[in-house]
Amino acid sequence: MSERLRFAGRRLLITIPVLFVLSVFVFLLIHLVPGDPVRTMLGFRATPENIARIRGELGLDRPLLAQYGTWLNNLVHGDLGRDYVSGASLTSLLRTSLPVTLELTSLSMVLATLVGVPLGVLAASRGRGWRSGTEGFVIAGISIPDFWLGIMLVLLFTGTLAWLPPSGYVKLTDDVARNLRYMVLPVLTLVIGETAYIARTARSAVEEALTKPFVGYLRAKGVAEKSIVFRHALRNAGVPIATVIGIQFGVLLGGSIVIEYAFGLPGVGKLTVVAINQRNYTVVQGGVLVLAAMFILVNLFVELMIGVIDPRVADGAGA
Amino acid sequence: MTTSGLTRDRRLIVGVTILGVLVLAAVLAPLIAPHDPESIDSARLLRGPSLSHLFGADALGRDVFSRVLFAFRISLVVSAGSVGLALLIGVPLGLLAGYSGGWVDLVLMRPVDMILVLPALLLAISLISVLGTGSSITLIAIAVIFFPILARVMRSSAQVVTTLPFVDSSRARGMGGFGIATRHVLPNALGPVVVQAAILMGFSMQIEAALSYLGLGTQPPTPSLGLMLFEGRDTLVQAPWAEIFPGLAIAITVLAFNLVGDGLRRHVNQHSSAA
Repeated sequence: MSERLRFAGRRLLITIPVLFVLSVFVFLLIHLVPGDPVRTMLGFRATPENIARIRGELGLDRPLLAQYGTWLNNLVHGDLGRDYVSGASLTSLLRTSLPVTLELTSLSMVLATLVGVPLGVLAASRGRGWRSGTEGFVIAGISIPDFWLGIMLVLLFTGTLAWLPPSGYVKLTDDVARNLRYMVLPVLTLVIGETAYIARTARSAVEEALTKPFVGYLRAKGVAEKSIVFRHALRNAGVPIATVIGIQFGVLLGGSIVIEYAFGLPGVGKLTVVAINQRNYTVVQGGVLVLAAMFILVNLFVELMIGVIDPRVADGAGA
Repeated sequence: MTTSGLTRDRRLIVGVTILGVLVLAAVLAPLIAPHDPESIDSARLLRGPSLSHLFGADALGRDVFSRVLFAFRISLVVSAGSVGLALLIGVPLGLLAGYSGGWVDLVLMRPVDMILVLPALLLAISLISVLGTGSSITLIAIAVIFFPILARVMRSSAQVVTTLPFVDSSRARGMGGFGIATRHVLPNALGPVVVQAAILMGFSMQIEAALSYLGLGTQPPTPSLGLMLFEGRDTLVQAPWAEIFPGLAIAITVLAFNLVGDGLRRHVNQHSSAA
């Protein structure tokens, strides 16, 4: 057990420099803008007084290192700064948009795992029909751009069948049923692509596990094939499957940016894209920071889970 | 290198054939396109597909088929350019890191690994937020997110080749490090990189379309498949063809690149397991 705790501690420690580099990158974003970011950000409201006031608020006249120190200190205390276009605090903007992104991505990831893993297992263990069917689905799922798939689903379910709304959002806390109606198409769009990747990895990992000697032993012992596949081979295939879920979460986050925009969901991705188009740099910083931090934390969680699935990793044999 | 395995792989043949047709269509776009992609015609607004307009017309009466041809050209140039640029940076970096090992490897690869910490599309849009929009910026942003992947693949492949006996024998014959790395390690380690590059070409196509759809990539009036998908959304129900065909063009191209990548991968794997 202490080995496991030490493993978890080590993974946590590795995450700290990664978060540090991320914070430097996000901090520098506004400084890398060619010309005066404040002038660009304010647009037609860029009077000399306004520029001077906001430069002062952002501390842009101070040495870079001091600016970073203040920025990081505020960040740690939950103060991400202000949106200079609307005047709102970034913390409140993110407080309303983050739940939308969390709902979209977690629903998609859970559903994609629930469909992708069994599909991969069946493709690895059943006959040719399952195999080639899954292969066709995988290659289609990987090749079709997710936002185009979303548009096609809107065409089918909204345009032709008139079953679902094309875009919009109702808060989960306001009305669960209506919230889910708006979520069906964006989630379905992301699930199809993600399922393809998970099913592909699950198939090859289970196929490989089924060639191992212990499978022959279990068969000779008369263990039912279903139990061999789902209990023993799948458990052996756990590490690659968990790894791909972690990697795919990054792809999913990227996809959610486009999908939120396409379906008018007011999440962090849409907030960021709109902010880029408005040259609203502080909001871009906040959005990038939150999305990247989500990705890093999910991958930390996945690595800790891998330690649980395969104790050899935690014991240091696999490291 | 044997080519018999390559010519017998059905998927590879299908992929290469599709790509050949698509590239030819892109190169010959000005000759094939039946109409001027920019010409607006109020007489054919939202007109459905017909013999004179194979893919129909959009909300401004522009010929969708001609627009797809020209937009596809831009997408292909951005994809090839971004992957090419990523190869130019990633291959030497990975080769040096993999062949040298030790502290050179550490110093070169740590920063590269840090780039992979951000989700790809998020990194691309962060760069675009700073650098601005347009096809050439898109090309650079995609190259930045791809070169670490290619560098990693090159590095691990070079590490394997460096341990092979013929590298030792070259060293014993007094060949310099640079010569061994470029003349012996590079050609023998390039297989997996080519596979990865083929697959990344498809991804690049998708990313360029997504960025243009978000208004962050190619800017009008330059035609782009992602931009066409954005423009067609308001008339999705009245003129679905303006949405279906540009998306199909992307999907088919990505599919072809994936088939080629998969086919090459099988060949590279067989080749290395036979060695």
